[in-house]
Amino acid sequence: MREITFSEAICEAIREEMEKNPAIFTYGEDIAKQGGIFGTYKCILGKFKEKVIDTPISEEVIYGSAVGAALAGGRPIVEFHFADFLFTGMCSIVNQIMKIRYMSGGQGKLPIILRGPDGVARSAAAHHSQSIETVFMHIPGIKVVIPSTPYDAKGLMKTALRSDDPVIFFEHKRLYKTKGPVPEEEYLIPFGEADIKREGDDVTVIATSRMVLESLEAAKELEEEGISVEVIDLRTLVPWDKETVVKSIKKTHKAVIAHETWKRAGWGAEVASTIYEEAFEYLDAPIKRVGAKNVPHPFSPPLEEAVVPDKRDVVNAIKEVLENV
Amino acid sequence: MGMDLLSLYETMVKIRLFDTKAEELFLEGKIPGFIHSYVGEEAIATGVSANLRPDDYITSTHRGHGHMIAKGADVKKMMAELYGKKTGYCKGKGGSMHIMDFSLGVLGANGVVGGGIPIAVGAGMSIKLVKKSDQVVVCYFGDGASNRGTFHEGLNWASVYKLPVIFVCENNMYASTAYMPETTSVQDISSRAVAYNMPGIAVDGNDVLAVYEAAKEAIERARKGEGPTLIEAKTYRLKGHFVGDPELYRSKEEVKKFWEKEPIGRFEKLLFEKGILTEIKKKEIWDKIKNEIEEAVKFAEKSEFPPPEDALTDMFIDDRKYDY
Repeated sequence: MREITFSEAICEAIREEMEKNPAIFTYGEDIAKQGGIFGTYKCILGKFKEKVIDTPISEEVIYGSAVGAALAGGRPIVEFHFADFLFTGMCSIVNQIMKIRYMSGGQGKLPIILRGPDGVARSAAAHHSQSIETVFMHIPGIKVVIPSTPYDAKGLMKTALRSDDPVIFFEHKRLYKTKGPVPEEEYLIPFGEADIKREGDDVTVIATSRMVLESLEAAKELEEEGISVEVIDLRTLVPWDKETVVKSIKKTHKAVIAHETWKRAGWGAEVASTIYEEAFEYLDAPIKRVGAKNVPHPFSPPLEEAVVPDKRDVVNAIKEVLENV
Repeated sequence: MGMDLLSLYETMVKIRLFDTKAEELFLEGKIPGFIHSYVGEEAIATGVSANLRPDDYITSTHRGHGHMIAKGADVKKMMAELYGKKTGYCKGKGGSMHIMDFSLGVLGANGVVGGGIPIAVGAGMSIKLVKKSDQVVVCYFGDGASNRGTFHEGLNWASVYKLPVIFVCENNMYASTAYMPETTSVQDISSRAVAYNMPGIAVDGNDVLAVYEAAKEAIERARKGEGPTLIEAKTYRLKGHFVGDPELYRSKEEVKKFWEKEPIGRFEKLLFEKGILTEIKKKEIWDKIKNEIEEAVKFAEKSEFPPPEDALTDMFIDDRKYDY
């Protein structure tokens, strides 16, 4: 199978759907002339005249306009530039996009996609590094997608583009250049179905985004020590696939949760307490969580490294869980 | 709709009687939440909407009953929504501040000050890029919203892309308890249009014909693809910010002075002078509308509350798998 990058996979999904559906248009900062700050719009540069739009830096309108655009028959894809800048237009997202269908008593459709980069990369520091998916999992009203591979990114983006509900789609900056197999033919990946990226018997690691790759590396390292690690990629957080997680816990009896968002009240806390609620009797040891330290992202490389989790943290967490049996 | 003077009058009376009744019912404890009265501002929604087609859009505010009625909303479904009943516009999930009817082009009354501005701009984007039609969007907001970021972002955006949006600022002089001249850098909010390269027009918001004319011109411009307009309709909030507001921030004399300028009595005078309205005709109209509002109250009171399990529907189109 051909291999393409994560960034190309996203772009292909958008291009293919835009070719099919004239109601789709996309806007945000730096997309039309530059092809997106991380190249996610390169494959549509110069295509879809008038439907790929560079906007003013006006986040309240970038996000809030998606509501009106959708209610008036459009299917907007909104690029949020950096996940950090979701906060500059947060009222439009939380109070309008995420609530209006419910508040209206279920009138109409709201086919909106908010998409763009998140995550820590190359000392971008506190205003350009945050992984904030948990915020959108906490507040009701939007489907949350956070893929880790080019294959998943394309299949999930195509599903998002055909969803009649709002979707927020997080693409980790350090994943954009990663390559992977993506078939030429069309496929869709449904929301709410986790993917077991590696099967194992001794411990389950539940991860998303870049931390899936770190967890797979950790699993490879531990294999040499005779430890068999199962790695589950949730892929979507709203909805999230409890069944696959619980089933895995019933097999391995031990769990580690790994995410890049802050550990304190991160989505791992939700997953952990769900495991305690639904599979407590199957657990042989307390669950361990791996997440960012509860500080803003510092600039200096060794400080950044100290805050953000990686393979080493996952290895250590797995060993601690195994020692606690 | 065209400019039929009697129908303008009837719309204004219907708005007045609906909100007067809503106030009464709220004070009797029959309506939960809050009621923000549009009494005294009826000429604005009426004058604007008389120029709109059913397929045009509006975005409204927390003081939105008048905008809804002028756009043709069903007062029964409105009253039922105020009561929180299942038969209401939003099945009891929105309430007074959030009544919506997407099929009528009402993209939501909005509890967030200035929250409707980006929504109106977005509807303008789809009209221009997807529908390629001559529909327009009227975006109502108050003087308070003109100090929010959404106003400045939204006007700039609509101007840059020449969107068919008519921004109607209902300057009723108060943003909750804050007096407009004490919180706003300009005397005329319409003057802010200069900064966004669009026409800015100030009209007497208590004169339904003046509003009608200003809106007509702006809407025609928008339909022709010539872009947005900012209309400032100068009016006065005769009632408190919400029903039950002790109004400690202004004097009774000030309010009394503005009651003398209220839009319905003023328009009535003109209609009498022109011989369009007579005392008999007037009574007939008021009785008819009173009756319609009473019927709406009966409908709302007779209607069932939604069952508790309805709290867990209408979030997503595909509710499968979602953990509510």
